[in-house]
Amino acid sequence: MTSDVSERTALPSAPADEHLLTARLVAPRRPGLWISAAILLVLAAMLIHTLVTNRRFQWPTVRGYFFERSILHGLELTIWLTAAVLVTGYVIGTAVAAARLSKNPVLKSLGFGFVWLIRSVPMLVQLLFWYELASLYPKLSLGIPFGPEFASFKTAHLFGGILAAYVALSLDVAAFSAEIVRGGILSVPAGQVEAAQALGLGRGRIFRRIVLPQAMPAIVPASGNLLIGMLKATSIVSVIAVQDLLYSAQLIYNENFQIIPLLLVATLWYVVLTTVLSIGQYFVERHYARGTNRRGDGFARLFRRNLPLFNRAGLAAGGRS
Amino acid sequence: MSAGTPQAGDAGAIRPLVRVRGLKKSFGSHRVLDGVDLDVAEGSVTVLLGPSGSGKSTLLRCVNHLERPDAGFVEVAGEIVGYRYRDGRLHELPGREITRQRTQVGMVFQQFNLFPHLTVLENLIEAPVAVRGVPKPDAVAKAGELLARVGLDGRQSAYPRELSGGQQQRVAIARALAMEPRLLLFDEPTSALDPELVGEVLGVIRDLAVGGMSMIIVTHEIGFAREVADQAVFLDGGRIVESGAPADVLDRPGNERARAFLSAVL
Repeated sequence: MTSDVSERTALPSAPADEHLLTARLVAPRRPGLWISAAILLVLAAMLIHTLVTNRRFQWPTVRGYFFERSILHGLELTIWLTAAVLVTGYVIGTAVAAARLSKNPVLKSLGFGFVWLIRSVPMLVQLLFWYELASLYPKLSLGIPFGPEFASFKTAHLFGGILAAYVALSLDVAAFSAEIVRGGILSVPAGQVEAAQALGLGRGRIFRRIVLPQAMPAIVPASGNLLIGMLKATSIVSVIAVQDLLYSAQLIYNENFQIIPLLLVATLWYVVLTTVLSIGQYFVERHYARGTNRRGDGFARLFRRNLPLFNRAGLAAGGRS
Repeated sequence: MSAGTPQAGDAGAIRPLVRVRGLKKSFGSHRVLDGVDLDVAEGSVTVLLGPSGSGKSTLLRCVNHLERPDAGFVEVAGEIVGYRYRDGRLHELPGREITRQRTQVGMVFQQFNLFPHLTVLENLIEAPVAVRGVPKPDAVAKAGELLARVGLDGRQSAYPRELSGGQQQRVAIARALAMEPRLLLFDEPTSALDPELVGEVLGVIRDLAVGGMSMIIVTHEIGFAREVADQAVFLDGGRIVESGAPADVLDRPGNERARAFLSAVL
């Protein structure tokens, strides 16, 4: 009887246990992975090929203008305008976030209204509004509200292109950063603040030492996005003739008609700046990953995880440990 | 200790460390505390028992002004918590004053609430250095002593997530002790722990009771309550329905609700 049962249930060529125990493990074939990788590599090769061989990119001209004095001046303006806009925007934005999180209904609604208004108006429109402020308010004056004035200015003199750009872009950053900061603060569990209060820590100390460091992991990636976005968005000021990186390039190609090479000069500089900022963001994120298990994700490990080429080394290291 | 010791001659006994009188608190239309009176003698242990929603935690949180009562008052060490009485009114104290009062009262939470971005040592020295102005080397030495007391010396540089729940709660107790409080509040300190980790935390609290620390403990550990408490208080529907010696409250409850609850948890 028993032999009958085993004959019926076992497959005709069932391997013995000792064979199974010594068998090598083979991963499933993934032809789709290889095919898609091959297609992407071919596309990448085509892109590089055309960049190198298409004469009309005029790389020698690009090289010639890359360190042109006026381009470097434009680059300088782009960098400091971005920095000034970011700093101002974040100071205002943090205050707006605090207003939105406060218990005061007036502050709360004002904060909400500010974010709503600024986010509703396209940045280009805001920029033009500030640039054309003189036609709305020909004269600006300092003084007591509804009372006497101490000093007044002609708006058209005060609001040149750069100040208009600075104000418009700062307000834009303020509205978006307010939401980023508010989200970060809300991501910290209420128990953290209660524990700090129970220990007798003051409000400022609780914010600086307990809430903000824990909010940063949520704030930094979104802020990196905003920062890089704003770096490139400053190119919008070329429409009001502020000589930033892009406008400097445009001024040159308006004279010599080398449009593509000069756009490439501007593009490459934006790529350089974005690369520097991305690397900076990586280190800031790593700094604020204290006490979490995300810290070990170094560059090397990210590469090993994502590139099959490095995977082998990773496995070997894993096997040794 | 002085708890329960009658004072000869003098008109009254020693003023209790904590006096709660007529405490009321509602969240929206829900009345959580409905007129609570409670005394806690210096050096004594009081356990608060009762079904969930009976107001135990809210009562505890009123003692260090994490909740603002609607009526009634809490007094700790002779001071009204969170308010100053003047001309027939209770004026809420400015933040700095409330902060100062809180340094006298330590609190241990159900979810530990250690600061995850700070090491164990940094968790322990943050408040003493920042609030009480203790020099850092002294605070570090004190932290070492406290960690030894809760059985965790040597874990100063660990981050909270590297510790088990029981270890985290013991660090949280050490953190509260680092401020040298006159009173410790425990809000269900073992409810978030795996069963096998409950004992190590209760052991630490038991040692504190033996050492004469004044404590108010919200707990569902009836056996533990019977062992360490000088006074057991049973709340139901925002009122104290039963209070007295643990043996009376826990073993011979007069109140029907208390009897049903205790027979369910025992």
